[in-house]
Parts: sequence; C-alpha cells; structure tokens
Amino acid sequence: MTTSDVRISEAGQADTPLLEIRDLAISFKTGSGEVQAVRNAHLTIMPGETVAIVGESGSGKSTTALAAIGLLPGNGRVSGGQILLDGEDISHASEKRMIELRGNTIGMVPQDPMSNLNPVWKIGYQVKETLRANGRPSGPADVAKVLAEAGLPDAERRAKQYPHEFSGGMRQRALIAIGLSCQPRLLIADEPTSALDVTVQRQILDHLEKMTSELGTSVLLITHDLGLAAERADKVVVMYRGNVVEAGPSLELLQNPQHPYTQRLVASAPSLASRRIQVAKELGVETDELLAPAEAVVVEPTMTEDVLQIQNLRKVFKLRSGFGKSTDFAAVDDVSFSVKRGTTTAIVGESGSGKSTVAQMVLNLLQPTSGKIVFDGVDTSTLNSKQIFAFRRRVQPIFQDPYGSLDPMYNIFRTIEEPLRTHKIGDKASREKKVRELLDQVALPQSTMQRYPNELSGGQRQRVAIARALALDPEVIICDEAVSALDVLVQAQVLNLLAELQSRLGLTYLFITHDLAVVRQIADHVCVMEKGKLVETGSTDDVFDAPQQDYTKALLHAIPGARLMLPPEVA
Amino acid sequence: MIQYILRRLLQIIPVFIGTTLLVYFMVFALPGDPIRALFGDRPPSEAVIAQLRQQYNLDQPFWVQYGLFLKNLFTFNLGVDFTGQPIAASLGRIFPVTVMLAVEALIIQTVFGVTFGLIAGLRKGKFFDATVLVASLVVIAIPTFVLGFVLQLLIGVQLGWAKPTVGANADWGNLILPATVLGLVSFAYVLRLTRASVVENMNADYVRTATAKGLSRPRVVVTHILRNSMIPVITYLGASLGGLMGGAIVTESIFNVPGVGQKLFQAVIRSEGPTVVAIVSVLVLVFVIANLLVDLLYAWLDPRIRYEN
Repeated sequence: MTTSDVRISEAGQADTPLLEIRDLAISFKTGSGEVQAVRNAHLTIMPGETVAIVGESGSGKSTTALAAIGLLPGNGRVSGGQILLDGEDISHASEKRMIELRGNTIGMVPQDPMSNLNPVWKIGYQVKETLRANGRPSGPADVAKVLAEAGLPDAERRAKQYPHEFSGGMRQRALIAIGLSCQPRLLIADEPTSALDVTVQRQILDHLEKMTSELGTSVLLITHDLGLAAERADKVVVMYRGNVVEAGPSLELLQNPQHPYTQRLVASAPSLASRRIQVAKELGVETDELLAPAEAVVVEPTMTEDVLQIQNLRKVFKLRSGFGKSTDFAAVDDVSFSVKRGTTTAIVGESGSGKSTVAQMVLNLLQPTSGKIVFDGVDTSTLNSKQIFAFRRRVQPIFQDPYGSLDPMYNIFRTIEEPLRTHKIGDKASREKKVRELLDQVALPQSTMQRYPNELSGGQRQRVAIARALALDPEVIICDEAVSALDVLVQAQVLNLLAELQSRLGLTYLFITHDLAVVRQIADHVCVMEKGKLVETGSTDDVFDAPQQDYTKALLHAIPGARLMLPPEVA
Repeated sequence: MIQYILRRLLQIIPVFIGTTLLVYFMVFALPGDPIRALFGDRPPSEAVIAQLRQQYNLDQPFWVQYGLFLKNLFTFNLGVDFTGQPIAASLGRIFPVTVMLAVEALIIQTVFGVTFGLIAGLRKGKFFDATVLVASLVVIAIPTFVLGFVLQLLIGVQLGWAKPTVGANADWGNLILPATVLGLVSFAYVLRLTRASVVENMNADYVRTATAKGLSRPRVVVTHILRNSMIPVITYLGASLGGLMGGAIVTESIFNVPGVGQKLFQAVIRSEGPTVVAIVSVLVLVFVIANLLVDLLYAWLDPRIRYEN
C-alpha cells in the first residue's frame, strides 16, 4: 500500500480520525517498580488538522507523542489503551510494521536542533538516507529539492555541509525537511522551535504551517507554551502529571479555561501576560517584617541615582579567516545606556546580538575593546585586582542554565556558603545562619542544605543560584537568561521571587533575555540590541506600546499568542 | 591541512632530541661498568678493557658520547653493538618481526573488541553484556605472563592448534599465538571503551531521530551509533599501538619472538647505550607518527574537528 493509495481512500471519508488515542496508559520501569507516566490519555486528530498538547515538563506530553511513533525509551511501555492510526491499533505493533510507518506515514520533527542531527554526517546525507529508507528517489537533486522546500537557501551547496556549520534555525529547517521529506500523513512536532529565537521561531512555524497545509498533513504539536499552541493549533489538549485535564478548540479553551491547572497556565503564560509583576509592591509592610532577615537593610529605592553607566562600549573579536589573517568582528558596537538604582533594565536581542557579551563586560569577566563601564561612579577598567575582588561582592550574576552553573559535587549549603567563605565573611556559625536566611528568602526549605543539585528540580536549582547570588548582599544582579530554561509556571514563580526581592532589598537588575514576554513582566527599562548595536531604548511601556524601530516591531510581533484576544481578567 | 601535518612533523625534532637525551642519560647513569660486566667472572687485561672503552667512546664524558651518537645518527652510521654486530642490521632484523606482531595484535583487538563491545552495548544489562563485562575484567586482571604461559601450554602444546614458539622464522601464521596474548589485554579495554561509547550514543537524540525517519535497525546501528562511537576508541588504539611495539618484552620472551622487546631488554641489561637509544629512537618515531595518524583519523571521523593554524 503506497501513500497515494491511502490518500485516495481517505479522501471520501474525511470524518474518520487519522489518529485516535484511547485511554492510553504508559508506564516506565524504574529501580523501584513501575511508574505510570501517562494515564487515560485520549485525543483525536482528523486528517489535515493540527492538535497541540500543552503541559509542563514531566506532564507526559512528549511521552504520549513518542508512543504514537513507537519510540518510547527502552524502559517504557504502553500498559493500556489503544493508539489507532486509521483504525489500526499500533500501540503494540511489531518493530517491522513501525519501520514501515515511520517516515512515510508518521514523520517527526524533534525538539532540539542542536542534538538531533548526527554531527558526523553531512546534512544532505541525513536527508538522503531518509528518502532511501522510504523507497523514494534520493539523488542529489531530490535532496536539494526537499531542503529547498523547507526554506533552506542555496540548498544544493548547503547539503554538502555538516550540522555544526548551520545555525540553530537552519538546523531546524533541515529537521523539518527530513520530517516532511516522505510526505507523511501525520507529523509529530515536539517543541519544534523552543530552542530558537522568537523571530526565527515565527518564520519556522509559519513555514511549517504553510507546508503542512499544502500537503494536507495532520500535525501533533507538543509545546509548553499555551500562547503558541492556541495560535497554531485547531484544538488544544492540556496535560498535567500524566493526565489529560482539558481539551477543546484552542480559543475557547484559552478564553474559558475550566480546569484549575489550565487556569493557572493561562494566567502565567508569559506570552499572554501584559503588565509588569506588581507582586512585590503589593506585599506591603507585614510581609517585609515577616520575611526580611534581621540585619538586612531595607533600602528605599531612590530611582534617581545611576548605579551603572555604560558609555560607548565596544568589544571587537578577531575572527580567524585562514592563512594567519583575521578579520575584526564587533560583537558589541558603541553601546551606551545607564541603569538606575533599584530598577530593572532588560537587554533584549536574538542570539548573536551581543547582549551576553555586554553582561560579561559589566561583570568584568571580559575586557572591553573601548568604552567605559562606570559602576557607582568608578570606571571598572581602572580597578586593581583587590578592588575587582571587592567589586565582585557588589555585582553578582545568575546564569541561564541551573544545571550547569551549580557544582554537582557541592551540596546546597556549600554552594551558597562558598561566596561567603571566599570573601571571608563571618565565622562558620554565622555563615550557616546566613545560608538558612537565604534559603528562607528564596522560599526553599532549610532541609535543602544537605541536598545536592541533581536532587532538585530546575526551578529549585535556580532558586539556589539566586540565593548564592544574594549571599554577599550585592547591589546589582546580572541575570543572563536566568529564567529561559524553566517551565512557564516555574518561570512565573522565579520572576515573582526576583520582583519581591528587588522591592525588599532594593536590588538593581540587569536582565539579559531573548524573551520579550519576560521583559514585559519584569523590566522598567528596555534596551533592544541587534547585531552588536543598541537599536532602541526606553521605558518598557513605551517600547511595547509604541516601538520605534522595525526590528523591535518584528520582535514584538513574533511573540507567540500576541495577537490573541483574551478577556482582561484572564490576562 | 598540509600545513598542519608539516607542523606536526616538525614537532618530532624537539621530541626526538628530548627523548634520546633522556634515555641516553639514564643508560649512562646505570650503575656498574658495562665492559667488565661483559666478561663476567674472568676479567680481561686492563689494556683490553681500555681499548674496548675507547672503541665504544665510554671513556668520554656524557655530552661527548651523546654528541657522537647524534653525529653518527645523522650520518646513518649507528655503529656496532657489544657483540660487534652493526646496530643498523639488527634493527633491520627485529623491527619487521615486531611490526608484524603489533599489527596482528592490533587487528585482533580491534575486530574482536569493537564487535563484542558493540553487541554488549546494544544489549546493555542483558546476559551477553554481563558475561562479556565479567570476562573482560578477568582478562584485565590476569597478568600477561600467566595468560601467555597458559595459552602456550593449552593451545600450542596440548591442542596443537598453533605453534607454541616462534623462533627465527616469524611470519603471520606462527605469530598468531603471541599476537593473541598481546592483543587480549588491550582487547578488554577496547571492548569496554566501545561498549561505554555505544551505550552513551545509543540514547543520543540523533539516534532517535534516525529511527523516526524510518531507517532499519542495522542502518541506525552502523551509520549512527557505530561511527560516532569509534571516536574515543580510535584514540585509544593509536596510543596502544606504541605500547604494542615497545612493550611486548614479556610476550616476546615467552614465545621466543626475535623482536624489539627482547633486543631492548638484552641491551638494557648490558648497558648498551647506543643500541638502547637506537631502538628507542625508532619507537619515538613510531609513537609520534601513530599519534599523528590518530589525529588525522579523528578529523575524518568527526568533521567538527578541523586542524587550522
């Protein structure tokens, strides 16, 4: 049976679902017995329809999708229910049958474009083997055609390159090309753009939508972003802890969420939120007295003094271009802005815009080529090593990856205590007291002290990273994509915590992010960077309501779900 | 690329001078008089000793001896050893035998190590995997001389499947037993390394993607798991080649293989500086070139590695 035969037989009966999942249960074998990852999942996809599964990590959304293509990890199995593809139950189909179906009938676009292409094979080969395995013509021209259709410019030449020579967006296009190369009837897209910049994300999703609607492909879209799901899918299925808690047409579900979890999800979806977090300011004096550590001075933000001034900052890297020559590349080009004490300034831009380079120079981890960084009236480039040590005490970083930025061999106590020990603050007993206070401040139980990073969730780890940054009572905290790796609900909690700490301790934040939705929630001022240059700066409200530059407009437009209309009480 | 190779070859010069100097010094510093030791219990007249000393430059200070050695080396005159045979000629006899032995051992350990490692990795946690892991541990734990004698007795003498000793006429066939013994220890490491690498790569995202594309299992294994898993294995194999060439002293003695190991051992016992250093010099070259080949192979296996200036 070829694909075209199926299409013809299918055309007459468009009301038969292409994929129907009934009462699906999936369990994983672990050291302590079987663990149910998915219970009673049900969903239906009609031919040509796009259905999104939304949920946080661990909700079972990816597991459900992987079961549909027979790719559950080795210790997982379908323990109940059915997966009907055109009426055929494939939940326990033989590996031979699944190999027949994969590629041809069910395609997949995986999540992370960085790790899903084999680094040792050329892109062209990875497309070619897909075509060949599914019995399609696989000459160089066919390969180039497939890549070109996925929007890869100069496809013939690109096919001869290796994945590491591609940008993230281009890799994702290659993966989409592979997923759609054999014109499957169902495409499983597992967070296809979550690793990409918003503008690239938009282009890729637009292109994917165009291709699948031209081919009449049904799409099962897995995402954690409710805004994105609502914008792209006909129907949304919300999963929580292995259960389908709610399902229905996208807009309806978004405007009138029934299940409490969906309501929380809608409320905290960053792409849908429309104003700065006020939590901190609403907390009032009582909470202050309850939570503030005895010796912590509650600084009244004066809002007038510039704590940081960046003047004509430039950073030039030398790029090697072979034969001993090098070309100059200005990663940061003539950037000037200032940060007032007690406020939050966000630097927004896509990857490669130079925003992280600015952060590194402000942290004094990287020397500027020219220009000045004035911290509290002192040019940081004139500091000697002793002064830099003192400077580090006042300016602390929180980095993106809470998995990578905590030493796995240090327990939490040692992690948070380390800066105190390094700066020789207090004795053992007073340091322990301080660590306990810090854990209170970031709302972690004191028992966390004895645990190790791998025993904590991503959100808990980021709280530990915040506690560590706060240990030295800094004045300025540089958050480099500090919430980008977190699930939406966790992200909202961490942002709330940061806002609360700011009003309590009078902290100044310099927030580096690619996510404009986050900016809207946390920042007072925004600096938009593009290719090393500062293209727009202003107060958050001004920039969001009346963007001046085309680039800023494009960024704003690319926020998924931005065009959706929501009742005000939900937003 | 060519620039890179040239630069690597140029690096041989300081490495070569450094190692030969070190080895020459160590032989020089060995206690005892090599000439007197040569005659054992019946010492010759002082005049004979003095004459021999002069002949082998042993009466000169260290730097002069080393300088003379270098000079001779660059004029391709390696001199004669204490038995009066030209060193160059004996190197020409022993090196082909050792190269044959090393290559045969390398083939055995690679073919079996990679095959068993791949199967064990793919069946992680199953019976085959557990058996192979325990067996490899046993092989690693048994010293070479025990393994050598046992196999010699069992396969060579009792079963008669292979010649128990090699003797003067070494060829691929009668080297099979010593090559197996020599390869067995590294085989266990190659196996474990391959297995670990396969286990790691098996769960890589691109392997899942390859399966999702509709590729058959053998294709996924060969093109996506095996090739990626070979990268660390190749590094180990390259490093082990040097060991196989120079470190086969025990195996060569058990099976009476007239190769580098035996010769080197005898030369060290006799404090024969020139012979030791000549052999070591060749081994240094082998090491450096083997490592260069590994690095080039590395770049071929993993296109992300590119050698530029």
